[in-house]
Amino acid sequence: MAEPVLAVRNLHVRFRTGDGILHAVKGIDIDVNAGETVAIVGESGSGKSQTMMSVMGLLASNGWAEGSVKYRGDELVGLSPDKLNRYRGSKLTMIFQEPMTSLDPLYKIGDQLALPLTTHGGLSKAKARERAIELLELVRIPDPARRIDSYPHEMSGGQRQRVMIAMALANSPDVLIADEPTTALDVTVQAKILELLADLQKRLGMSIVFITHDLGIVRRFADRTYVMKRGEVVESGKTADIFATPKHPYTQMLIDAEPTGRKEPAPANAPMVLEAKDVQVVFGLKKGFLGKTGHVLRAVDGVSLSVRAGETVGVVGESGSGKSTLGRAILRLQTASGMVRFEDRNLMPLDRAGMRPLRRHLQLVFQDPFGSLSPRMTSGEIVTEGLLVHEPSISRKERDRRAAQAFEEVRLDPAWRNRFPHEFSGGQRQRIAIARAMILHPKLVVLDEPTSALDRSVQKEIVELLRDLQKAHGLAYVFISHDLAVVRALSDEIMVMKSGKVVERGTAEQIFERPKEDYTRDLIAAAFLTQRDNAEAKGQSLAS
Amino acid sequence: MGWLVRTGHLFLFFAVLGNGGVTLLSYILRRLLSAIPTLFVIITIAFFLIRLAPGGPFDLERPLEAKVMENLNRIYKLDRPLIEQFWLYLSSVLHGDFGPSFYLRDFSVAELFARGLPVSMTLGGLALSLAVLVGGTLGAIAALRQNSGIDYLVTGLGALGLTIPNFVVAPVFQIVFGLALAWLPIAGWNNGSPPNLVLPVLVLALPQIAVVSRMTRAAMIENLRSNHIRTLRSLGLPSLTIIKHALRGAALPVVSYLGPAAAALLTGSVVVETIFGLPGVGRYFVEGALNRDYTLVMGTVVVVAVFVLIFNLVVDILYAIIDPRIRYD
Repeated sequence: MAEPVLAVRNLHVRFRTGDGILHAVKGIDIDVNAGETVAIVGESGSGKSQTMMSVMGLLASNGWAEGSVKYRGDELVGLSPDKLNRYRGSKLTMIFQEPMTSLDPLYKIGDQLALPLTTHGGLSKAKARERAIELLELVRIPDPARRIDSYPHEMSGGQRQRVMIAMALANSPDVLIADEPTTALDVTVQAKILELLADLQKRLGMSIVFITHDLGIVRRFADRTYVMKRGEVVESGKTADIFATPKHPYTQMLIDAEPTGRKEPAPANAPMVLEAKDVQVVFGLKKGFLGKTGHVLRAVDGVSLSVRAGETVGVVGESGSGKSTLGRAILRLQTASGMVRFEDRNLMPLDRAGMRPLRRHLQLVFQDPFGSLSPRMTSGEIVTEGLLVHEPSISRKERDRRAAQAFEEVRLDPAWRNRFPHEFSGGQRQRIAIARAMILHPKLVVLDEPTSALDRSVQKEIVELLRDLQKAHGLAYVFISHDLAVVRALSDEIMVMKSGKVVERGTAEQIFERPKEDYTRDLIAAAFLTQRDNAEAKGQSLAS
Repeated sequence: MGWLVRTGHLFLFFAVLGNGGVTLLSYILRRLLSAIPTLFVIITIAFFLIRLAPGGPFDLERPLEAKVMENLNRIYKLDRPLIEQFWLYLSSVLHGDFGPSFYLRDFSVAELFARGLPVSMTLGGLALSLAVLVGGTLGAIAALRQNSGIDYLVTGLGALGLTIPNFVVAPVFQIVFGLALAWLPIAGWNNGSPPNLVLPVLVLALPQIAVVSRMTRAAMIENLRSNHIRTLRSLGLPSLTIIKHALRGAALPVVSYLGPAAAALLTGSVVVETIFGLPGVGRYFVEGALNRDYTLVMGTVVVVAVFVLIFNLVVDILYAIIDPRIRYD
């Protein structure tokens, strides 16, 4: 077998932190052969990104690497930045998870694209510009001759990631390291970026190291896979083998981690909780001197929905589709027109004070478990804050009892209620956020991407918790998410939104098994649901 | 005529800039127009505030004869109703006349500023340039060598520069460099000869160097940690390119500090001008107020207000030049 392009041997990465030395990567071996795609998978904190950051010499200043990383036989570990620059940007390049911030906002993309060309390729400025236009064309940016003079803020996230890819490919590298390059993007954009990478690899013949937590992507694109857990490689081999016969229980857990199961349907005679008709939210984008209203954005454009007790309506769509705005509009947290009825009351004529007594029945859980909990309150105080408003008469002791009860309900140790949010993990914080809603015994909960910031295995637990709570209390859910796997596991009815409108609605089964609209089909195809693939694979093996 | 030619050049300059230049020009015009009501409000408030202070310009320790007082008041129109005085003042300001100084009786306010402002602006301008050059460089070096000896030295000196008041630094400098070493003149303007400028400019610049270096350091550190700098590193670009990009990003907060700081520096410093015996305008703030020299106080207020408005505009334009995300509207 030919010598690998990139050979990682017994690599250790450590960080000096306030709590002592953190051993992030614990002696791992990874080989990347010419022209192949290697995936490194693992959950957050597994060390998968830090491994490749140390290959590129990009560790934070409190971190250092030991061991060996060889590029075609040349040792990279311990090289000074200047010496490393002979490899970085020309032989080894990297694209990152954050397309929105990875380009310098102060420079035109053409100038940024020219930098690696003039530095490593020795091109003149004029030649570099010509080549930059070619590169933009290569990554399929429309009208590259004009777009080359754009600033990053004038481009979408997907376009910025394309520009990043163009920069990384500028000097025809041997190895492209892609660190979760599509995690921050919408699924359909993700699909296009992945397709582009696969196509470019075929044409340019480089190796790709794909760092991801998304097994659907791994399965489609990687020749070989390394599974990492807590700084160690627990399993490696051909991707197909790993999926067919995972040896390590952690790998098995990752494969199974996609939320499974279906929700039991709500009883047919369940009472209607919330009904919304023809909801519209319009934003006027102020433009020009003297405030001429130039443009009107219909964020939600005539959407109707109804939820009965014990029922879940899933709202799916990409960023900007208006799904979150719809969620806020039906809770009267966003100025809207149309009709919203809660049980037997019309909510639209009510003002803030009029809404207040109803608020306890209508709760909201947010996406960001880090930003939505006050860092200066204990988790117990956070959970019971709503009681101060809605049940002001109960004693402090009673509130504390209710907090303990709510903690138990979301399966957190009640003894932890005196801890502060930063002492909890992301999944635990989301449980606190759910407890904060549940303590008021709501009838409807709007869940706005509650699982999107969490690892798959944690997601699965939260989905199960939400299902159990719904069953126990007959809750009505409006579940907003871009993540089709989670929506499928939780919803009775699903609405697919695009540009403020509902393009398709139906039962979970109808939407996933017999989608009518192209857009829905694109979304499902782009989500790479592993469960679906498994089912297909099984179906095929049965057929054959 | 010369004025016309210069405006013509300005127009040409904006025309060359193209469409963006036209937006910039209309933006500047709009901002200058909006400065007029602001100035009016400032003048009004200052006019009535100084009149609220007890006493008047001609109240001396030994009171003047009643008849003399009456004559003076009549000559300077201080016997008219207040609202009429305000109106008279406004209309004369509109004609560019800031009136006579009540206390320094042989001079008009305009003459005082015509003499003093160049002195103060020279000192302030030099101090500001020094602050940007030295402070910016020190801050950038400290950020690039974070937590090294140089970093601690810069941060330490910055703290010193901020905490030691200029009325302590100035005499110490005079004693050390003027008397003990006898390298530089102790005081005096001497028509702005360079040796006379060194000490006052240094004293003025030191606290600014401290502030600028601290701000540059903090902004650079934040920038060096940002994702787009990581991108440049991943592309194997030389450190000079990385520093250039980080500096441009770090310039934004420093520029917004420098606007008001420039307005303050260029309009003179009472302490430095008094200690070094310099004929700037800084002392007029104090002298005008203490002597109830109404016109001089009003003159200083207008001058400072104009400087602040101009430098805020300059800051906003610089901001838009540095950061393309900011648009002129």
